[in-house]
Amino acid sequence: MSGTGHAADDLGDELAAIILDQVERLLAQHLTPALLAACDGAAGAASWPVGLWTALTESGLPLALVPEAAGGIGLEAATVARLIRRCGRAALPLSLPETIVGAALWASVDGNVNEDAVALVPGGSTVRLVRQGDGFVLDGRVAQVPWGGSVAALLLDAVDAAGVPQLVRIAGPGTICDTHHNLAGEPRDTLDLTGCTVAAEDVRAAPVWATGAGVSSVESVGAWVRAQQMVGALETCLGSALDHAQERQQFGRPLAKFQAIQHMLAEAAGHVAAASAAADLAAACWGDPRFVLATAIAKARCGEAAGHVVAIGHQIHGAMGFTQEHPLHRATRRLWSWRDEFGSDALWQERIGRAVCAGGGAALWPMLVRLRGGAG
Amino acid sequence: MQSFRFSAEKLPAEAEETRVAIRAFLDGELEAGRFVPHRTSWTTFDAGFSRRAGAAGFIGLTMPKAYGGHDRSGLVRFVVTEEMLAAGAPCGAHWIADRQSGPQILRHGTEAAKRAILPGICRGECSFGIGMSEPNSGSDLAAVRTRAVRDGDDWVINGSKIWTTNAHQVDYLLALVRTGEPGPDRHGGLTQFIVDMAVPGVTVRPILDLSGHHEFNEVFFTDYRVPDAMRVGAEGAGWDLVTEELAFERSGPDRFLSDYRLLVELIDRIGPDPDRFQAVETGRMVAQLTALLGMSASVARLLDQGIVPGVEAALVKDVGNGFERAVPEIARRLVPVEPSLTAQGDAFREALGGVTLRAPSFTLRGGTREVLRGVIARGLGLR
Repeated sequence: MSGTGHAADDLGDELAAIILDQVERLLAQHLTPALLAACDGAAGAASWPVGLWTALTESGLPLALVPEAAGGIGLEAATVARLIRRCGRAALPLSLPETIVGAALWASVDGNVNEDAVALVPGGSTVRLVRQGDGFVLDGRVAQVPWGGSVAALLLDAVDAAGVPQLVRIAGPGTICDTHHNLAGEPRDTLDLTGCTVAAEDVRAAPVWATGAGVSSVESVGAWVRAQQMVGALETCLGSALDHAQERQQFGRPLAKFQAIQHMLAEAAGHVAAASAAADLAAACWGDPRFVLATAIAKARCGEAAGHVVAIGHQIHGAMGFTQEHPLHRATRRLWSWRDEFGSDALWQERIGRAVCAGGGAALWPMLVRLRGGAG
Repeated sequence: MQSFRFSAEKLPAEAEETRVAIRAFLDGELEAGRFVPHRTSWTTFDAGFSRRAGAAGFIGLTMPKAYGGHDRSGLVRFVVTEEMLAAGAPCGAHWIADRQSGPQILRHGTEAAKRAILPGICRGECSFGIGMSEPNSGSDLAAVRTRAVRDGDDWVINGSKIWTTNAHQVDYLLALVRTGEPGPDRHGGLTQFIVDMAVPGVTVRPILDLSGHHEFNEVFFTDYRVPDAMRVGAEGAGWDLVTEELAFERSGPDRFLSDYRLLVELIDRIGPDPDRFQAVETGRMVAQLTALLGMSASVARLLDQGIVPGVEAALVKDVGNGFERAVPEIARRLVPVEPSLTAQGDAFREALGGVTLRAPSFTLRGGTREVLRGVIARGLGLR
C-alpha cells in the first residue's frame, strides 16, 4: 500500500474516532435513567426524545454511511457498525440506526437522500404498488413497524403489478392504526399505507446486493442493523454481569471467586465473541454480493448468543437483575426483542441451511472462503 | 467491558494465492487416492503425506529461510492449515512440529538445535509429540514430576509422560520437566527439552482409544541423557514458554474443524431439499462455523503481529471445541442412521461413527474445557 493510502486511512480513522467519541459523549449525557424510563412503552410511557435526536443528528449523522459523492459522510461500514453497537449498548430509544442504514440503502439505488428519521418496514411484500398517473399509490397494511409512527419517512419493498419487489420511500407513516411495543417498550406500529401516493422517483428496483431468495432488501438491512445492535446489548449484559460478580459478596467472597460463576461468564464471553465476529464479517460485506449471506449468519449467530447470554446474565444478577431498579433489563429486554425482529435466528438459519444443502457438501468450503473475501 | 480484539479484515493476497496452490496439491493427493477424507483427520499419522507436503513447500511456512523455511506470514500458514483441515488430510506426521514445537525451538532453542532440527521439520520429515501431561498431572502442569538432573554437559531425565499422541511414531518430543522447586506460585522449576526418541532410555507403551486406534501413548524415561544444547529456553523458564506455546496450540482452526468432513457428509446425506428441522440446524452450524473462522483468523493476525492474545485464543478453543462436540450430536438427530466404523461404502455412517468415538477428546486435548474457562475467567479479570 502506498504512503498516501496510509495517510487517507489515518484521516478516515481519525474522523471515525471523533464521531464515535461524540456519539458516546452524547449518549452518556442524555440517556439518563429518567429519560430511558420516559421512553419505555412497556411502562405506559413512550416518547421520541426530540432533544436527543437533534443533538445526535445535527452534525449529519443520518448520512454517516452515505458516500461522500452522494452528499454523505462516507464512513466505512465497519465504523458505522461500531457506532450502531454503541447505540445498542446504551439502549438508545430512537431509530437512528435504521435511519443511517436506510439512507445508505436508498443512496445505493441513487435515491435522493435527506436527514429525516427513517423506519424500515418489515413485511413490505404484502403491500401492492399500483400505478396512478405519473406515480404510484400503495395498497396494504403493515404491522410491527419499528418506530413507524414516529418517523418522517418509511422504506419498504412493495410489490409491483408484475409481482416484482420495488424499493419504495414514502414520507410519513400513512395511517397509524395501532401502536404496540416490543418487550423493551420500543414502539412497533401497525400502519395502513393504502392510498399513500408515491412519486415515480421514489420507486426503485430493489438493490440486488441486498436481496436474496425470499429476502427483501429492507429485511436484510434491518437484520444487519439488529445484529450490530445486539452485539452492543450483549456487551452491556456481559459487562454488567462481570461487574456484578466482582462487587456482590456472598458466603464471604465475591461471586467472581466461585468457579461455577467463572465458567458461566466464560461461556457467555464465548457467545459474545462469536456473535461479534459474525457481525464484524457482516459489516465488512456491506454493499457487496456477500451481504445477504453474511447478514444471515450474523443475525443467526447474534440471535443464538442472545438467549444464552441473557440467561447467564440474569442468573448472575440474581433477583436484583429481575427488577426495573437495575438497568440490566434495558439490555436483556432488547435482546429478547431484537433477536426476533427482521427475521428470527431460526428463520435465518433455515435460509442458510437451505442454501447450503442446495449447494451440496463440496460447495460449503468454497462458500466459507468467499464469504471471508477469498477466491472460493 | 472492553470489546474483544477480533476483526474481519480480509486475508492478504499472498495468503489467497497460496490457497490456490495448496488446493492443487490436495486435489492431486485425493486423485491419487492417497487418503480418504472421512476416515482421516489432522492427527492421522502419514509420513508420506507430510513428506510430500514438505517437498511442495507447505510446511515450515513461517520459518526463516536460513533454517529451511519459507519466510511467509502466519496468515499464509493459516490458509494452508484450514485447507488441509477442510480436505480431511492426514496431517499427524507434521502438525505438532509445524504448529508449535518448531516455532518454539525457533524462538527459544539453541543455535545447534535449530540447525539440527528445523530444516527436517520444514521438509516434512521430522515429527514431534507434546510431552506435557503426566499420569499425575493432566491439566495441572505445575504438578509435573518428571525430573531432569544436570550431569556435566547433559541432563538426565527420569519419569513418565502420558497421552502423548503418536509418540510411537514421532522423531522427537518437546518435553516439560522439573529442574527445580516450584516456588510459591507453583510455576517455577520447569524446563523444556527436546527429546530424541531414537536415543536409548526412552520407551513407549501404547494406549488404545475408544475406537481401538493407537494414537495415545505413555512414555517412560529411565536415565535418559539429553545434551544441554537440546534445552529450550532458560532453566526454570518452562512455565512461561509453555503458556506462549499454548496460545499457538489453542487458537488454530484445528480446534473446530476436526469433524468438518462429517458436516460435509451430513449435507450430502440430507440432500438438496432439506426439511425445516434439517435446514435450521444445518444453518445454525454454518453460522457458528463462520464466526469461529473469523475469530481464529483474527487471532492468527494478532500472533503474526507479535501480540499473544491469551483470552481470545482460549475463547477460540472453548467455543470451537463446543462446536466440534455438538456436530455429531446434531447430525444423528437430522438423519436417522446407526453409526458404524465398518459401514463400507456409507461415508456418512462411517464419519458419524468415527467422530462420535473421537469427540470426547476434543474438549480434553490442548487443555480441558474447564481449564480453558479458567483461563478465560482470568482474562476477564475474575481471578
